[in-house]
Amino acid sequence: MSSYSPRRVRDDTPLLNREINGRPITYLDSASSTLPPRPVIEAMSRYYELRHANVHRGVYQTAVEATDVYEGARAATARFINAPRGVDEIVFTKNTTEAFNLLAKSWGAAHLKAGDVVLVTEMEHHANIVPWFQLRDQIGIEVRFVPVSDDFRLDVSGLDRLLEGVKLFSFTAASNVLGTRNPVKELTRIAHDHGALVALDAAQSVGHQPSDVVDLDVDFFCFSAHKMLGPTGLGVLWTRAAILESMPPFLGGGGMIADVRVDGYVPANGPTRFEAGTPPIAETAGLAAAIRYLEGLGLENIARHEEDLTADALKRLANEFDGRVRIIGPADAVDRGGVLSLDVDGVHPHDVAQVLDQFGVCVRPGHHCAKPLMRRFNLAATARASFGPYSLTTDTDVLLEALESAVTMFG
Amino acid sequence: MANLDDLYREIILDHYRTPRNRGELPPPAVRTEGYNPLCGDELVVYLDIHDGVLVDIKLTGHGCSISQASSSMMSAAVKGKTVDEVRAAIERFKQLMTVHESSLDGDAEPPVADIHTMGELAALQGVVKFPVRIKCATLAWNTLSQGLDDTYGVQGTGSK
Repeated sequence: MSSYSPRRVRDDTPLLNREINGRPITYLDSASSTLPPRPVIEAMSRYYELRHANVHRGVYQTAVEATDVYEGARAATARFINAPRGVDEIVFTKNTTEAFNLLAKSWGAAHLKAGDVVLVTEMEHHANIVPWFQLRDQIGIEVRFVPVSDDFRLDVSGLDRLLEGVKLFSFTAASNVLGTRNPVKELTRIAHDHGALVALDAAQSVGHQPSDVVDLDVDFFCFSAHKMLGPTGLGVLWTRAAILESMPPFLGGGGMIADVRVDGYVPANGPTRFEAGTPPIAETAGLAAAIRYLEGLGLENIARHEEDLTADALKRLANEFDGRVRIIGPADAVDRGGVLSLDVDGVHPHDVAQVLDQFGVCVRPGHHCAKPLMRRFNLAATARASFGPYSLTTDTDVLLEALESAVTMFG
Repeated sequence: MANLDDLYREIILDHYRTPRNRGELPPPAVRTEGYNPLCGDELVVYLDIHDGVLVDIKLTGHGCSISQASSSMMSAAVKGKTVDEVRAAIERFKQLMTVHESSLDGDAEPPVADIHTMGELAALQGVVKFPVRIKCATLAWNTLSQGLDDTYGVQGTGSK
């Protein structure tokens, strides 16, 4: 039974007690990174205070407990996204970016050859573009893009043609710039009909809506702990066990081997094959705590709350600035997450963000690691406000007050 | 606490709203591109140099008020100067944009000896109180420096 109150999440989140420039912090940058609640911070502290040791090594008590923490987090993660074969399908990485690099450099290099096509979209984060360009430069694959239409959604009118020869369709569940939520199940079904596998960038969805890899029917699923109230430095790649077994090792070193001799090595089986070196252990304790915390709130509840916040903010932004503030993203809150990219007429996003900081408002100015998308809309940058489970309409109040000031200052 | 008025001086907003020396110069003018990869700002500096004198300078591109004002003020400050003088102005400006430990620890003003010789550019001094914005202010200057390096070699001025 879940009990979700954004106010209680706020009380649980120590950083939201801070003042910035003499005002309470208004944190509107959850698309960059979410703020951890106290249970996540305490889980990591407790780990270091009571259990820290290296994993998969010692036989002494704390080493066993540290291994339990690490492997327990893998089990929690498997449950959280409904991985059908459980822990055997969960690879811990540094972040979503490393998950995509692992995907491209291990699976891609082993299964793709010159002329094979990887299809991405114009609204991808650089993390789901650059590794494919690197692979193109190495082995000669083709990287193809699904265009974005003027209404800030994927233009799927030519999708059947674009999918010709495609081995992998890799796309985002939700744009970190536009807020657009893509129809993952439908796109996946079409891609599978064309014989392509599907990789999903879930970085922007995993902390804001339920994730179920069986229901979505995707083949790869990548996300970061710090976008779902967890710590930085930890990401996840999920893929079907059968695919994982077909993937060669990525980084080499300790922990990822079954045997090493003077004439070569034998890699370990399962996810540890991809986890070379001492992993982030405390961070997995934080991730497990974040999962339990989110499950307690209920991700459906969070999704509903953020949709209400977004609908309210979209309406007020459209009404209160005489057209001087343009939303770069869908204008209504349907199939859309709580990401509001703002283009303020006559005021550069950096200057917008600077003035907002004076009000304690945290937004992100810049290209958001999505330069192809920015070019598509002839923008160098936007100022992006984004909601999290602790956001309230009072945050939007302060945002609008601060925006008014920015518009006046540079008017 | 750093005050926003320290950053957005009236003279800076004036240069932002009405930038000086906007436009392009045809070849053989030296053309140099500068980028701020963090914020996506782009700048092109055109230099027309004759006999060791920067006869003309033009700028195109887009960026925030600080980067636009800094490039506009820079163009006004270096136009008509010798390459030696331009190099010296670049050095002085970089000095101005250096974060000194004292300014991070407390409220002490950074020690800049010849601030009074810098004219309007001194208005950009407030930028150091906003360290994230220093890259905005220095983009044009680094691009200008690159243009001179491309012409005369690193730190070269063409003079014997």
